[in-house]
Amino acid sequence: MRSESDVVSARSHGYVARESAGSLRVRFFRDVNDPDSRWWRFVRPVGMIAIFLTVWGLAVRLSHTDLFPGPGSVARAIGELVQKGLLLKYIVASLFRVTWGFILAALVGIPVGLVLGWYARAFQAFNPLIQIFRPISPIAWIPVAILWFGVSDAAPIFLIFLASVFPISVSTIAAVQNLQPVYLRAAQNFGLGRWELFRRVVFRASAPQIITGLRIALGIAWLVVVAAEMIAVNSGLGYLIIDARNAGKRYDLVVAGMVMIGLIGLVLDVLVRQLAKLDSVRWGYSQ
Amino acid sequence: MTAAPAVSVTELAMSFRGKRRGETIEVLRDINVLVEPGEFVCIVGPSGCGKSTLLNIIGGFVQATAGEVCVEGSPVFGPDPRRIFVFQENGVFPWLTVEENVAFGVRGRSKTDCAQIVHRYVEMVGLAGFAAAYPRELSGGMRQRVEIARALAANPDIIYMDEPFGALDFITRLKMRADLVRIWQSERKTILFVTHDIEEAVQLADRVFIMTQRPGTVQKIVEVKLPRPRNLDAPDYLRTRDEIFRLMGMSLQVGV
Repeated sequence: MRSESDVVSARSHGYVARESAGSLRVRFFRDVNDPDSRWWRFVRPVGMIAIFLTVWGLAVRLSHTDLFPGPGSVARAIGELVQKGLLLKYIVASLFRVTWGFILAALVGIPVGLVLGWYARAFQAFNPLIQIFRPISPIAWIPVAILWFGVSDAAPIFLIFLASVFPISVSTIAAVQNLQPVYLRAAQNFGLGRWELFRRVVFRASAPQIITGLRIALGIAWLVVVAAEMIAVNSGLGYLIIDARNAGKRYDLVVAGMVMIGLIGLVLDVLVRQLAKLDSVRWGYSQ
Repeated sequence: MTAAPAVSVTELAMSFRGKRRGETIEVLRDINVLVEPGEFVCIVGPSGCGKSTLLNIIGGFVQATAGEVCVEGSPVFGPDPRRIFVFQENGVFPWLTVEENVAFGVRGRSKTDCAQIVHRYVEMVGLAGFAAAYPRELSGGMRQRVEIARALAANPDIIYMDEPFGALDFITRLKMRADLVRIWQSERKTILFVTHDIEEAVQLADRVFIMTQRPGTVQKIVEVKLPRPRNLDAPDYLRTRDEIFRLMGMSLQVGV
């Protein structure tokens, strides 16, 4: 009974429409099945990084500046950190704080967002408060955090929690508020109770937008941990940067810290992006 | 004992509050209809006549301003799994696979029973081989088939359909209609089907309720006494179709 017109090729995401006009070939669409494009998808970013490193190195060498280290000395500084066993230690320390602050924020932000998104009256009551707290930079909380928690892991974890709980809860609220009514009506029609409705429909239907919120929150959390470590603790990549400057103007180590922060930020983003590829949420993102 | 009518609507009226203060918009007025068990009834009317609103009231999603709606002998207070609504905008859950969607409304059955029911209806709507696919991988017509299978799997007595094929192309729509009639004949459900498409109504229905412009009332009930399978160029088919066209005040000529 399957009809021809109903059948669409299930997993094709793009196709080529090439037209030959003499020697000119016009490509209207990107073709992901083309092996050439896979190669280019790898070469373009890597090539760009190589160009960046070359320009950086040449600029430092040709200007004979001592205000900024070149890529070679930064690489040696990273090697030095590895040898002393500091690099892994600092990365672990920073990631530890981010993980805890972020998990706490998700554990609070997602349920709160689901409830406030669902109950319009609760939203009316709490929303102004949220909007007042949200624009206060977590950095502004540093003095308070030190006062409350001293120089300990708790202070940066608290700051990361503050930084990520708002994007998570705000995007969860928006997700629930923008639920397609047809899903709710279908679910009600099948006789779902309130708890089941939340678990099987509301949460599932908001999942794509919640994941987007988590991704934004993790980016902010990573920004904040570095700032927090510059002040409130004595380990981590943020601490490395401040310590290298204070303890001997080792700017090669400062930039080494910056490079590591950037690379780990990239890895974190790639990891959260994997969440968006889950089959049960992929529908929520345009392809 | 005679069975209660599947749906009985008595002196139903519906009005919405308008944008301006004190303004009310009368959508439905004095609706009285009966639908017998096992019947296939189409409701047609010009757009904006309140036919979708009427179906939503019968389905328990919207409360009427006045009048009474009884389904299978008891008044309607809300949606009920014994009567499943098939939505125009497609209510298939995109986070579930085809078979998970179809299984959604199967309740109180063992796992093997459920799997059997799901298999049966996935096959019946012509989606065998797509059980593990996600809705985003399917075409619009296939998604609508999933929703019909999901409705059937819940084993309702009545299925309400609100312009379910409205967004589909002409050829797909023809096929969907043929399949729907085949399924209706084998499953013996009562179907209440809203459409603005007169041909669709004549192809599908035992009886057609024709509604007027807003405030909508049922202007006429046309019995479609055509044998099934229906022949789309039989004189009787064309006569019935033209009668409804005329009742709705439409010309059968295009242009001047």
